[in-house]
Amino acid sequence: MSAFKELTKGFFKENPVFVLALGLCPTLAVTSLVEKGIGMGLAATFVLVCSNVLIALIRKMVPKKIRIPIFIVIIATFVVIVELVMKAYLPPLSEALGIFIPLIVVNCIILGRAEAFAQNHSVGKSFLDGLGMGLGFTIALVIISSIREIIGFGTFLGLPVFGEGYQPATILILQPGAFLTIGFLLGFFAWRRNRKKNKTMPDVEALRAQREKMTQVTREAA
Amino acid sequence: MSVEDNKAQPDKAAETRSDKPDKAPAKPKKAPGKAVKKKDPVELYELSVSNAPHLKGKAKTSKIMIAVCAALVPALVGSVLFQGWRSLVLVIIAAVSAVVFEALIQLLTKRKLTIADGSAALTGVLLAFNLPYGVPWWLPVVGSFAAIAIAKQAFGGLGYNLFNPALVGRAILLASWPVHMTTWDTVPKLANLSGTTIDALSSATPLAVMKHSAAVLAEPGLYDPGAVSQASEAVSQLTGPLGIGKLALGQVGGCIGETSALLLLFGALILIMIGVVDWRIPLSYLGAIFVFTAIFGGVTTPDGTYHFTGLFHLMAGGAMLGALFMATDMVTTPVTKGGRIIFGIGAGLLAAIIRLWGGYPEGVSYSILLMNAATPLIDRYTTPKFFGSRRAKEAANA
Repeated sequence: MSAFKELTKGFFKENPVFVLALGLCPTLAVTSLVEKGIGMGLAATFVLVCSNVLIALIRKMVPKKIRIPIFIVIIATFVVIVELVMKAYLPPLSEALGIFIPLIVVNCIILGRAEAFAQNHSVGKSFLDGLGMGLGFTIALVIISSIREIIGFGTFLGLPVFGEGYQPATILILQPGAFLTIGFLLGFFAWRRNRKKNKTMPDVEALRAQREKMTQVTREAA
Repeated sequence: MSVEDNKAQPDKAAETRSDKPDKAPAKPKKAPGKAVKKKDPVELYELSVSNAPHLKGKAKTSKIMIAVCAALVPALVGSVLFQGWRSLVLVIIAAVSAVVFEALIQLLTKRKLTIADGSAALTGVLLAFNLPYGVPWWLPVVGSFAAIAIAKQAFGGLGYNLFNPALVGRAILLASWPVHMTTWDTVPKLANLSGTTIDALSSATPLAVMKHSAAVLAEPGLYDPGAVSQASEAVSQLTGPLGIGKLALGQVGGCIGETSALLLLFGALILIMIGVVDWRIPLSYLGAIFVFTAIFGGVTTPDGTYHFTGLFHLMAGGAMLGALFMATDMVTTPVTKGGRIIFGIGAGLLAAIIRLWGGYPEGVSYSILLMNAATPLIDRYTTPKFFGSRRAKEAANA
């Protein structure tokens, strides 16, 4: 796989949220506003890139049996860095994201990439994989939070989208809105994937026509 | 290019394969002497084998839906009489938009058009029955979209939906626009049920009045004497014969289709008689509400009088509409007879609990939605066992 593909596979083809269905907890929790979505996505990207690189660096030294605790400690280190930096320089965002920044430690995307990719691949590839997956996560969060903020608040990044008369559908800001939005998006991506798969398979209509033709021939023969 | 190639291939395959049977007739010519003629292979295609049931009743989806719609007409007439023409307009908007959304989604997803079965129209009508009189015109349209697109078609259409579409529509509207969905002051012919009390509470549904009054009377020391006397007056009026009578007739504030208990009951009784609706769910639902609120819902006014609220809770709010038309939806309720009784009792208890102790004055819609979620489980545990068969547990013990 080329380096470029290593980077871009996480955007849509293997998008951690829409395709792998990983990291759904923060996805549901912090996507009521685009600002929160971007903040969460970039924080997770930073942790993912750093942890992937470090785990790839030490991958030959780590004993297989205790690799998970080691990964968790590495991830937690970077999460603490993110948390403290955010508290120091972006206090409002840190307050808005709250507990979900420390919870990046247990985000299954990060541990999943360490386990599935970084421990078996070179540093360069792991870096690209971490960056791609992190940006894919950010893309997913931005898509979900855009839908929720535009319909649920009538704003995008705080700027009003519709006129004065728009009455926002509050449900999209509430918890059910997160589930509805992500459900429909998961459905959309599954449909897109299946459609691609179906294109490479034989056309059902053509097969049916063929069967009917054969039936007719048999009939005539008899 | 690749798409065209792929399409072209099966056609080629069809041609090459269809060549083979052309050669086939040549074979019998080689052995003309054999007299035994083989059975015509085409006959095999003529046989039709299908799954049970082979006997079908006369009931059709469209007939059932039309019957239910017809049974809702008396309540709609009552709403037009008591509240005004806007009720009819809202019902038409909701029904038409529900049908349009169903058609659009089925066209977009390339599925068979099923708008003729009337289920979408019925969903729209039931949704409109759950709206207050003064909602803006776009609210039923959005509600119909939520009901049809989210609750029905996203799950696969009629027969596959887990939750009652009209109630999902209402729940989404209530969560999104709580102000529109709980503003009753635009009701023009609002019955002056308890005098100044309603104005003082700035809320017009009897259930909200009752909830507030019961809260006041539970701890009269916390409120000033005027509020306490107002509350006790409201309770005695609502639970008195005049209050119950107005509730039964529908001369009170509330959603456009839910107010007239008697007219709803009239329509539903006909449905039960012609066999469209099973009596088990409405009876157990209303019975559970009555018994539970009779035991736990009583209110004592400061002068020591005990007010019995069982009858009030049967007549007020959406209990009748929910029990008779929402909880009896064939798709989202249990198919077994025992299961239906469990469903009714469970939903009745939930509705009563929400009304007495919950955050909302009305709990009928949530009670039915919650029991919808339990329906597959209820069905699973109440499926009758075949004669002579043993349940897995008994078989394991034996």
